[in-house]
Amino acid sequence: MSTAAIRVIRARTVVLAADDVDTDQIIPARFLTTTRRDGFAAMLFADWRLDAEGQPRPGFPLNGPEARGAEVLVAGRNFGCGSSREHAAWALRDFGFRAVVASSFADIFRNNALKNGLVPVAVGETALAWLTAHPGVEVTIDLEAATLTAPGLAAQAFPIEPFARYRLLNGVDELGYLLSQSAAIDAYERSRGE
Amino acid sequence: MTARTLFEKIWRAHEVVPETAETPAILYVDLHLIHEVTTPQAFTGLEARGIRVRRPGRTLGTLDHSTPTEAAQASGRIPIRDSSAAAQVAALERNARTHGIELLGLGDARRGIVHVIGPELGRTQPGMTIVCGDSHTSTHGAFGTLAFGIGTTEVGHVLATQCLLQRKPKSLAVTVDGGLQAGVGAKDLVLAIVGRLGVDGGTGHVIEYRGEGVAALSMEERMTVCNMSIEAGARAGMVAPDATTFDYLRGRPGAPAGEDFERAVERWREFAGDAGAAFDREIAMDAASIEPMISYGTNPGMVAPIGGSIPERGDAAFLKALRYMGFAPGERLAGKRVDLVFVGSCTNSRLSDLRLAAAVLRNRRLAAGVRMLVVPGSQQVKHAAEREGLHEIFTAAGAEWRESGCSMCIGMNGDVAAAGQYVVSTSNRNFQGRQGAGSRTLLAGPAAAAAAAVTGRITDPRELVA
Repeated sequence: MSTAAIRVIRARTVVLAADDVDTDQIIPARFLTTTRRDGFAAMLFADWRLDAEGQPRPGFPLNGPEARGAEVLVAGRNFGCGSSREHAAWALRDFGFRAVVASSFADIFRNNALKNGLVPVAVGETALAWLTAHPGVEVTIDLEAATLTAPGLAAQAFPIEPFARYRLLNGVDELGYLLSQSAAIDAYERSRGE
Repeated sequence: MTARTLFEKIWRAHEVVPETAETPAILYVDLHLIHEVTTPQAFTGLEARGIRVRRPGRTLGTLDHSTPTEAAQASGRIPIRDSSAAAQVAALERNARTHGIELLGLGDARRGIVHVIGPELGRTQPGMTIVCGDSHTSTHGAFGTLAFGIGTTEVGHVLATQCLLQRKPKSLAVTVDGGLQAGVGAKDLVLAIVGRLGVDGGTGHVIEYRGEGVAALSMEERMTVCNMSIEAGARAGMVAPDATTFDYLRGRPGAPAGEDFERAVERWREFAGDAGAAFDREIAMDAASIEPMISYGTNPGMVAPIGGSIPERGDAAFLKALRYMGFAPGERLAGKRVDLVFVGSCTNSRLSDLRLAAAVLRNRRLAAGVRMLVVPGSQQVKHAAEREGLHEIFTAAGAEWRESGCSMCIGMNGDVAAAGQYVVSTSNRNFQGRQGAGSRTLLAGPAAAAAAAVTGRITDPRELVA
């Protein structure tokens, strides 16, 4: 199975200036009693975005007119910490985000994002501070070059695991690759006497 | 020969294909634990591609996250009221049947929280790689396993290939010197460690807990410590297998029996790290200086001694967290109001945890207006506690004695707190709304939770237990 190839993301940002955004905030656990992997857009940041009556909270960045069409979320440090729920990556994608920019990511969230065509872009604190101060700026995330650029900001290289980058650039999924290695898996199991 | 850590030995023993600059390692998974919440989409994905489960015998399922803790529903005598939770349970029952996977389902005497039953059944064994679509899989590291949480896509990979693509994490030694004071427990130790490392201090690392303060811990205590490794951002946490580990496993149904057990012990011993093996990072903790701990903020790194105060900090994120909690910098923690108490979760729901809580509650009553839920980690824990009469202590005090499950740790089965309520909880996360929208969680050990239930206030449990 292949997924859509991603080469360049050029989109406006919306800024959620918070460190340690945990996956319970990205999608609260009460929405996890589902057997589907789509339809999570309305639940994204539900308790931050909506009040107890389900009405949008004024002032929350994702509720503003500037958020409409913004496909890059700029957050703080240690984005996606906590629970392993992949629903967090699904919800961000369903809402329309294609990349998250932060100064660091939690390990499991980073893995989940990369498997769902959501690019985790870790930049230095200075660049993050600039992006935070310029909400709505159009950024260009070039996956081949592994850089983020914006008018007025020097190009920022970001780390991305080489195989994950290859997969995203070519729209190849991991499972196909793993299945192609079944001879090696057979040999490993035989070597353990199974 | 190069001296190797416990982690390195397990990693190397499970490399189907080692990593290169271009490709991650293919890592073999010995035991795949599955539950109802993070697996349905993985099975759907496999079925869409016509893929069978490669090694159903290496997969064990349970129902824990969204299952009710009320007896009639938990036993399957009456249908689960929440229709979406019921559908999820039915999906795992169907998937397990279709793919020949063992499922400890509703009504099974061995059902329980996935990280409680793996060890309890002797399925978790030293030297293994264990994964589960749950971040607290790090719990199993207490047995000298490499155990970590994965997402649903990766659950599908393991079902299909029994393998994962992984980059090798770094290693972090947390050495605990000396022994804990009387009345200070494993939960206090790990809260202090998370407080020290911070919620992302372990990112990209596997922690090995070592030193005399760790060697002295029971298996259940080691599980409590390893469980919260993820709260410091670590990929996994582990403890070298030793006599305590082997004694725990001897006689358990999933463990080897007779001479096979002795042979297994010889093999398991070899996984302990070599003297002089180097870690990428090391920190040391002084066990004797650790006091009973509690969290005061909205992440598990925001902790302080129960007898202490909230730090005097003025940065915006800190103040925002305190505003959510209804606290102010510099306030004393002891004496603050408590509405609800939860004893349970994969962190603190084992028999020894229930004993700690019961020791405080014996011959006492809950404070007026306080509600307390005691949710054992498994049906086996429940029955063991009942054989000791612990349930009578809980119910006589006015607490609710429930069936096993994740319950109020994650609050997706209907066991939740109301907005604004303060919950002293033996679970692992105090994120905003974790125990119900607007709820305020104070993480602590089982004795401190029970003490709060008795006084209705944050209380150092040593004041109640001589």
